[in-house]
Amino acid sequence: MTIESLKKAGLATLASLGTLAMTAGVAFAQEAAKTPTPDKGDTAWMLVSTILVLLMIVPGLALFYGGLVRSKNMLSILTQTLVVTCIVMVVWALWGYSMAFTDGAGLNLYVGGFSKALLKGVDTATIVETFSRGVVIPEIVFVAFQMTFAAITTALVIGGFAERMKFSAICVFSVLWPTLVYFPMAHMVWWWPGPEFASTNPADATVAGAGMIWGFGALDFAGGTVVHINAGIAALVGAILCGKRVGYKTESMAPHSLTLTMVGASLLWVGWFGFNAGSNLEANGYAGLAMLNTFLCTAAAGVAWPAFEWILKGKPSLLGAASGVVAGLVAITPAAGFAGPMGAIVLGLVVSPICLFFVSVVKNMLKYDDSLDVFGVHCVGGIIGAIATGILVDPALGGAGIVDYTAGGAAVYPGLVPQVIAQAKGVLTTVLWSGIGSTIVFGLIKLTIGLRVKEEVEREGLDIAEHGERAYNM
Amino acid sequence: MKLITAIIKPFKLDEVRESLSALGVQGMTVTEVKGYGRQKGHTEIYRGAEYAVSFLPKLKIEVAVKSEMLEAVIDAITSKAKTGQIGDGKIFVTPLEQVVRIRTGETDGDAL
Repeated sequence: MTIESLKKAGLATLASLGTLAMTAGVAFAQEAAKTPTPDKGDTAWMLVSTILVLLMIVPGLALFYGGLVRSKNMLSILTQTLVVTCIVMVVWALWGYSMAFTDGAGLNLYVGGFSKALLKGVDTATIVETFSRGVVIPEIVFVAFQMTFAAITTALVIGGFAERMKFSAICVFSVLWPTLVYFPMAHMVWWWPGPEFASTNPADATVAGAGMIWGFGALDFAGGTVVHINAGIAALVGAILCGKRVGYKTESMAPHSLTLTMVGASLLWVGWFGFNAGSNLEANGYAGLAMLNTFLCTAAAGVAWPAFEWILKGKPSLLGAASGVVAGLVAITPAAGFAGPMGAIVLGLVVSPICLFFVSVVKNMLKYDDSLDVFGVHCVGGIIGAIATGILVDPALGGAGIVDYTAGGAAVYPGLVPQVIAQAKGVLTTVLWSGIGSTIVFGLIKLTIGLRVKEEVEREGLDIAEHGERAYNM
Repeated sequence: MKLITAIIKPFKLDEVRESLSALGVQGMTVTEVKGYGRQKGHTEIYRGAEYAVSFLPKLKIEVAVKSEMLEAVIDAITSKAKTGQIGDGKIFVTPLEQVVRIRTGETDGDAL
């Protein structure tokens, strides 16, 4: 695309955004007396998106991770993924939703309060705002949707210390880590007063009521910081505190089933449309943009990773293609509703070689055993995507621009430097919060019940020793 | 009686089995094994991890035959299992003390 056509595309986007916002504004003024009610299309889409994200975790992530470990530990990965998911979902309903998505009074910059603990006040009639003024969805669906995000983030972390962590430690981790790390992160990035408030109040009043990272002006469409950088850092901390696997670097730890890994990666891709496009909270052109970006960035990355392997190592691999696909999905997560499709392709081409570098060169150089490359793919890919969001959102590059609610919903762009700085502040805060919080959580567990299984258990395999079962009885 | 143990390349199994059947050898036991001789292994790369794999998949065939058939059986296996490339395998011959057919109780030559 030429610069001219990019600019035209950007202007067209701006114009349609402005029209959309003004239409919504006019419609709302006419119905000022009525509370908006949810649109059935938006609600149906959010219901489906929620289920798609569940599919990402079970069996998507379970198989993706499971295929990468040795067969003696396959069942342990499946069990950990499934049980972690279940624990986090219950915790979410009990106090997680409240900690993430309510006003936290004095602590509101960092975390919400307990006003909606046990989902008090949430029922079939309560609503939450989307990103369009006057458009709402049922709160109860939003609770379920966000619940799957909390579950998958926590489940992602276990890849870092696969094949050696005690199941009991993982169960405790599933309660403590979301509480100390994930719920505050979700609050800091995604809690804000909403489009109605933002349209009728000065900008600094809106910032004052928002979570800290939102207040920086950092954009994160579907959770590049909250989910991926967060999980990646936690996995690295866990891997380091747990220690390397017995026989690491001397014994073969080759994946036992790249077939299942590919099945898992495929389910992740399909489910990710719920993750990214569902984060739009309504079914419109922006969900469409998020969907298209989730195709294109992923596809570009899925080609780039094996291409670089072909050049640098001689053979393009399936694991490379699957890893590229996941890296692309991670990178587009913060940018899904902000970048233009061409920007998404460029992002995919860029993220794969960088992640490949981290999972091969950097990991071997620094000698940590992040077993399933959660740091190398999710953290690094998330950082690249988060920073790139600040560049790719520029309408001049085909991006959607940033909605300025005080200006009637016009799409603006503060400039590359200010926006990238805002993104960087978000990234840095995430790295620090997750790094410190995860160290506390894993440290606590290590000092009390211990993190790691005994060597004999690790040798025999976690399936038999921790669960009394075999994955395969053949 | 002799027990013949042959390590062969897996794709050669059908040819060897057919030629032994033609000689009148009525049974064999096949096991999937890994091994190496002069055939080097290969390198497998999984993301950042490189593994030098020395062992290659092979098949182990065991047949029990009367001593008179030994030469014919060795020739049959050798000619069918050979490709001319390194890694074709080896044949080991060991003396066989006793053989029993479990169903009928027949022994030695009657059990082969």
